Amino acid sequence: MRFLFKTDYEDDIKLFPHSGYYVSYGILLALLLIAPFVLSSYLMSQLVFVCIYATVGVALLILTGFTGQASLGHAAFLAIGAYTAAYLQKYNVPFPVYFLASGGLTGIIGAMVGFPALRLTGIYLVIATISFALIVEEILARWESVTNGNEGMRVKTLSLLGVTVPRDSPTFYFLCLAVLVLTIVGTLNLLRSPTGRAFVAIRDSETAARSMGVNVALYKVKSFAISAAITGFAGVLFAHKLSFISPEMFTLQLSIEFIIVILIGGTFSLHGAVLGAIFIVMIDPFLTYLKDDMPGMIAGVAATFGAGPATAGNIKSTVAAFASLNGLKGAIYGIIIVLFVLFEPLGLYGRWLKIKLFFQLFPLYKRATFKRQKIYVKSERNR
Amino acid sequence: MSYFRAENLSLHFGGLKAVDAVSFAVERGEILSIIGPNGAGKSSIFNLISRIYRPTSGRIFFEDQDITEQPPYDIARLGIARTFQNIELFENATVLSNLLVGRHRHSTTQLWQELLFLPSVRANEKVHRRRVEQVIEFLDLEPYRDKLISGLPYGVRKVIELARALCSEPKLILLDEPSSGLNVEETDDMSFWIRDMKSELGVTVLMVEHDMSLVNRVSDRVIALNYGRVLAMGSPAEVQRHPDVVAAYLGA
Repeated sequence: MRFLFKTDYEDDIKLFPHSGYYVSYGILLALLLIAPFVLSSYLMSQLVFVCIYATVGVALLILTGFTGQASLGHAAFLAIGAYTAAYLQKYNVPFPVYFLASGGLTGIIGAMVGFPALRLTGIYLVIATISFALIVEEILARWESVTNGNEGMRVKTLSLLGVTVPRDSPTFYFLCLAVLVLTIVGTLNLLRSPTGRAFVAIRDSETAARSMGVNVALYKVKSFAISAAITGFAGVLFAHKLSFISPEMFTLQLSIEFIIVILIGGTFSLHGAVLGAIFIVMIDPFLTYLKDDMPGMIAGVAATFGAGPATAGNIKSTVAAFASLNGLKGAIYGIIIVLFVLFEPLGLYGRWLKIKLFFQLFPLYKRATFKRQKIYVKSERNR
Repeated sequence: MSYFRAENLSLHFGGLKAVDAVSFAVERGEILSIIGPNGAGKSSIFNLISRIYRPTSGRIFFEDQDITEQPPYDIARLGIARTFQNIELFENATVLSNLLVGRHRHSTTQLWQELLFLPSVRANEKVHRRRVEQVIEFLDLEPYRDKLISGLPYGVRKVIELARALCSEPKLILLDEPSSGLNVEETDDMSFWIRDMKSELGVTVLMVEHDMSLVNRVSDRVIALNYGRVLAMGSPAEVQRHPDVVAAYLGA
């Protein structure tokens, strides 16, 4: 086990507490850089989605994880970013310009959503953000002169500084990776400066934050704006990756997927966003695989236990019918959320920390290390 | 002119007069305690000063400036810090980041500078960190710097809350029952710190307290309240002998 001896205030400020981090993150970066030359095109495509989802995850963490303002409307922010990019593209605006414009516009809209949200907390804020997402979805479907309605919009291939960057090229992957890394670094910087601490203060006690001089309303709006802007940037990449966008891609289910990203990854650290993004992107092919192969497998098992071909066929078709039920995916997501909230509230990253500590302290690890003491009585009336 | 002054301060909830035309003044560098039975309106006065409640009538002055209409976050910027009766710390953050929030009123950096963590931000952070370290040393909090609040015992949290208030380098500090929930030893420490705050840091202290031994040890003056009205004002001994105060506590 490593003991850190801090000898300088710099030790509390720097991003990597000790040199071991440089090695592990260096290796990770190297692996990510050689990935496009090693992995299959399908996995590369999944990796791009991981980058995009993780970027949105970081954005949502800023708002929900660190400022404590729940949002089920991030699909709408993603849509605004994507549609702004697609619209500006029609007028031959160059990529860097519409990339920044999409993020900026989404940030402004995020701030506008933040204002009415100032008076709402908890479940009411969730309802307000859902309504916002539904309104945006409806606008996208109806405002045909701009969004082309339900027919959707084609997104032209990205061209960066005169070079075309197809959506399955390594360059596009590096672009997404760069956006993710910059987002993470920027967020880490924010979290170690006064603004980030003000966010955390608002999350844990608005009353105390206010009495320490934090302008709670201003910082909530800032948090909304930053979170929305990052989601807008991710939206541009999302649009390019899909090369076609339509309103039904930005439904409530996508917002729920983003919530799953941070809930499953862990809401207390940026690692959570990345782990959660890997989980959510990889569970889809896994579910498809189950859907295709489960009926056959179960019928096979039934046959080995002596079921006749007719019964086996029956079982196969029943399972297949069940597996292709509408809304089954949503139900599975729901179950996953419930299980994680009940049994692993710190998420995958929390589990990773527990495993790490287990080996560091072996054989002295005790389960109670991560148990939190009950919070003492708080004066709710002062909200 | 007094350093801090409340004039005819009232707070009514419908027919209930939580604070009723209370006037008092705090001189620069003194320790003034407010005592009174439960529900006398002591904490309400604090919440009026830190603008969690809006007074029904009356004015509050600090350094000859009317602060009755200031937004709550400006109160801290003027140099008035406070602690809470039921501890309002940032539970899921470390002691260090709790204390650094106390420095918020001194932060001058812009959002875009923070996103890039420019050298100016880094320099500012070091200044904040140094100030926080001075408070940590003052209140003997060295063992807890990187601990999460949610894992700390009550007595330590109480001290951390005081530390967070001190980190903002206040001119006037409002302590809401600094000794509640503390054992005899911790209360002793608290009384030394309160006196040191006055003598070493030059902070003016306004304090709500039930523990009369602590009040007697540290206070220069005492105000007794009951039913939102001032019963008596004066030195600790005078106030305790005052017939109205005796009646309020023991029943007449």
